[in-house]
Amino acid sequence: MSAFNAIGEEREIDRDEFTPGVEPQPTWCPGCGDFGVLKSLKQALPELGKNPEEVLTVTGIGCSGKLNSYLDTYGFHTIHGRSLPVARAAKLANPELEVIAAGGDGDGYGIGGNHWIHSARENHDITYIVFNNEIFGLTKGQTSPTSPKGHKSKTQPSGSAKTPLRPLSTSLNAGASYIARTAAVNPNQAKEIIKEAIEHDGFAHVDFLTQCPTWNKDARQYVPYIDIQESDDYEHDVNDRAEAAEIMRETEDVLNEGTVLTGRYYVDDERPSYSQEKHAVGEMPDQPLAERYFDDDAEWERSYDLLERHK
Amino acid sequence: MSDDELIWRIAGGSGDGIDSTSQNFAKALMRSGLNVFTHRHYPSRIRGGHTYVEIRAAEQKVQSRGDGYNFLLALGDSFARNPQEEAYYGNEEIKPLSENLDELREGGVIIYDEGLISEEDVEELDLEERAEENDWHVFPLDLRGLAKDHGREVMRNTAGVGATAALLDMELEHIEDLMSDAMGGDILEANLDILHEAYETVNDEYDFEHDLRAPTGEHDAEQALLSGSNAIAYGAIDAGCRFIAGYPMTPWTDVFTILSQNFPDMGGVSEQVEDEIAAAALAVGASHAGVKAMSGSSGGGFALMSEPLGLAEMTETPVVLVESMRAGPSTGMPTKPEQADLEHVLYTSQGDSQRVVFAPGNIEEAYEQTRLAFDIAWDYQIPAIVIYDQKLSGENQNVDVDFFDREPSPDLGSTLTEDELKEAAHDASGKFKRFNYEDAEDGVAPRSIPGQKGGRYLATGNEHSPVGHIEEDPDNRVFQMERRLEKLEKIREELDEERDSTQTYFGPDEADYGIITWGSSQGAVAEAVDRLNEQGHSVKAISVSDMMPFAETEVTEFLESVDEAMVVEMNATAQFRGLIQKELGRFGDKMTSLLKFNGNPFEPAEIVEGYEVNLADEDRQPDAQVRIEPAAGD
Ligand SMILES: Cc1ncc(C[n+]2csc(CCOP(=O)(O)OP(=O)(O)O)c2C)c(N)n1
Ligand code: SF4
Ligand SMILES: [Mg+2]
Repeated sequence: MSAFNAIGEEREIDRDEFTPGVEPQPTWCPGCGDFGVLKSLKQALPELGKNPEEVLTVTGIGCSGKLNSYLDTYGFHTIHGRSLPVARAAKLANPELEVIAAGGDGDGYGIGGNHWIHSARENHDITYIVFNNEIFGLTKGQTSPTSPKGHKSKTQPSGSAKTPLRPLSTSLNAGASYIARTAAVNPNQAKEIIKEAIEHDGFAHVDFLTQCPTWNKDARQYVPYIDIQESDDYEHDVNDRAEAAEIMRETEDVLNEGTVLTGRYYVDDERPSYSQEKHAVGEMPDQPLAERYFDDDAEWERSYDLLERHK
Repeated sequence: MSDDELIWRIAGGSGDGIDSTSQNFAKALMRSGLNVFTHRHYPSRIRGGHTYVEIRAAEQKVQSRGDGYNFLLALGDSFARNPQEEAYYGNEEIKPLSENLDELREGGVIIYDEGLISEEDVEELDLEERAEENDWHVFPLDLRGLAKDHGREVMRNTAGVGATAALLDMELEHIEDLMSDAMGGDILEANLDILHEAYETVNDEYDFEHDLRAPTGEHDAEQALLSGSNAIAYGAIDAGCRFIAGYPMTPWTDVFTILSQNFPDMGGVSEQVEDEIAAAALAVGASHAGVKAMSGSSGGGFALMSEPLGLAEMTETPVVLVESMRAGPSTGMPTKPEQADLEHVLYTSQGDSQRVVFAPGNIEEAYEQTRLAFDIAWDYQIPAIVIYDQKLSGENQNVDVDFFDREPSPDLGSTLTEDELKEAAHDASGKFKRFNYEDAEDGVAPRSIPGQKGGRYLATGNEHSPVGHIEEDPDNRVFQMERRLEKLEKIREELDEERDSTQTYFGPDEADYGIITWGSSQGAVAEAVDRLNEQGHSVKAISVSDMMPFAETEVTEFLESVDEAMVVEMNATAQFRGLIQKELGRFGDKMTSLLKFNGNPFEPAEIVEGYEVNLADEDRQPDAQVRIEPAAGD
């Protein structure tokens, strides 16, 4: 018998279950793109038959990090840049949990960049949503790793001299097995992409364009946007790494010129997830490790039985 | 200094296999009924460099290095192969012999490999003259040649062991058994041949004039030889820890390695990750999801863990971190021991510290206190840290096998089951009041685990309300802060009352003079106290392990009971003495310091000397510091 009966529980899920019944109300500014992420998750999760207590949402620090204050699941609001290592470990501890990590562009591509690269490389079976508003929102508008070159802010008063980071290409090179970009202004696509990302077995990275009307006034609101799967002007095979790389590069190049490309960029359903790889080399238990601590009949090995080598 | 002890030093290049040779020889001595203690000297240079391992063996318990040593096996440095580098490094081959002479006691025995160390070099040392002066007994043997004749050159260590056994009048039985356990086939045959050949050659060709012989002893129970790192790893296993995340760094790597090698067979998970921030964050994440988890590092890596450590404090996520100190600041001296990270471990991370810190002083304590760290962390939902050092990490000592014969304790402490969650307090929307200060007992609010029905809540590093929402209301802030801090007071009480004392005492119950120490300096202090009492001084000692919450009652009683005290620690700024004064707010005029920070641990004689200097100095100020620099002998 499982100690975690919310997991896989068969029941009707009410759409409102993911909205906290009591405070807090979101404190995001009116018009903030972060609402779009929240909404797409609130729709995607019940449509996938998930209930709030089988989901763990792990966030970083930023306006974006407040996501799990307003999404009623198990939540862990961690520290700046560190959502991924916390999320990864929770998934290894209990692979049956649905683990979603989320945070800002500063959080994920800047201070937490190392974790992002390695989580993608290892292909952990988690969903990673980056609220990309091309700015540091919470700390009041400083330049972020994705801010366009020339972007002026209080800390780059003459305009940023740095070329922005390429989130999609970097993720592809690092090894992510599902990579998409969506935008808060495109709720239907966003919901579908989030659903696919959650369903994907492996590291699913969603670069979610979230406009920040408060601090990034110059930036476009990501309209009009183009869905590369819908538009006749674009065609690529999402399973083809080279084609994906090419269109990702173009997408990153044109964003700051005002063309907002979105959609699925790369999907690799063949690559085993990290837990599968680890299991294959014999370093991952068959049963979720967390279950063992609640199993009164579990046998626990003792150091006493290791002493032969010391005698 | 004891006459009936052997301190055998095997010296050679750091790639000469002296580790495994010495490990086996130590086991052979242990099996013969002796108590053993090993000390590993690390070369200060990265490439090659000469090094040694010392084994101290005696009938009575040994828990420290001795002063100097009495038997040298100098193998010659096989790493000295690049003639062009001689200009920089001089002649390396001779160093295992030449660099070890200063500490060799009178009457000592020397074997050196004349197959590697040239006659001219030895002449330059004036070895004959010095041997005469010090009554050393020198045995030049062609160990390399002997090994080559019967097997391969690399087996010259075996020849050295055979010769050692002959000169010490030891039987070969245990050495043979250990060889048979470790190898087989032709290799075993060749090694056994070499062992016997060396043994017989020495017996046939030499008349022994030295007095030194292997001591004899008997154990009441079966023994195991293990290191502080083994003890910490085994404590974690028996506490039910099955998740470790880490990034290699000397000397913490030992614990990480031992657990990584054992966990797969125990259904556990080990993760080597991208950096130490990740390592600590993974341990927090795994613990949050219901697993007993740990991480650890040495100084620099632990610095990176600072923020995740604070997150564990604020979210009340149980976790155990181990910190294996080496000489700092910064990269410092990576392979040298020091006790200078105490303040780092006590206070790193923003805000008021809310953690438990234990500093075990010997191998048994390392095991016990690692288990205790897990028990307390999970009972009280608080991070617990075990701080130790390069010395405790690497030294081996024999322990009764029965010591480990106990039940594991995988219990998750104050964690609820789904049934218990049904009875617990929830808000109107059904969110679990995980940080409920109203029904918290001893400050502990029981927790749920993700995936449990009826347990959802938010964990956050921000100050939060009972269900975990970010909350800056002043009353809530004060309630939550006081509740978290109350746990520390309860832990202090529990450590005082219920658990066996984690402090260790040496010497008579009553004495005029007190020595206070912590961590791995314990062994040398214990021996110094014995010697001082034998010499007629009235001295006792306490070795303190409870750093946070601090062992207030016991240290107060100790200091009240003596006229004066000396605090012995391996650092330059008297961190532990500072902690005592901070915690107790008095006794500043009673305490002096004995400090050593040259990269080598204390020898008992240095502590005796520190005591004498302190007492002899009539004008000393209350906060006087005696520094051992350079150390006697090294
Ligand atoms: C270690 C650390 N450094 C700095 C900060 C301050 N800080 C909080 S959020 C943030 C950046 C937020 O930008 P982003 O991650 O893009 O999130 P957004 O607010 O835009 O959603 C910074 C610098 C912090 N909390 N911790
Ligand atoms: S500052 Fe920007 S990112 Fe933050 S809530 Fe306001 S609009 Fe959203
Ligand atoms: Mg941002």
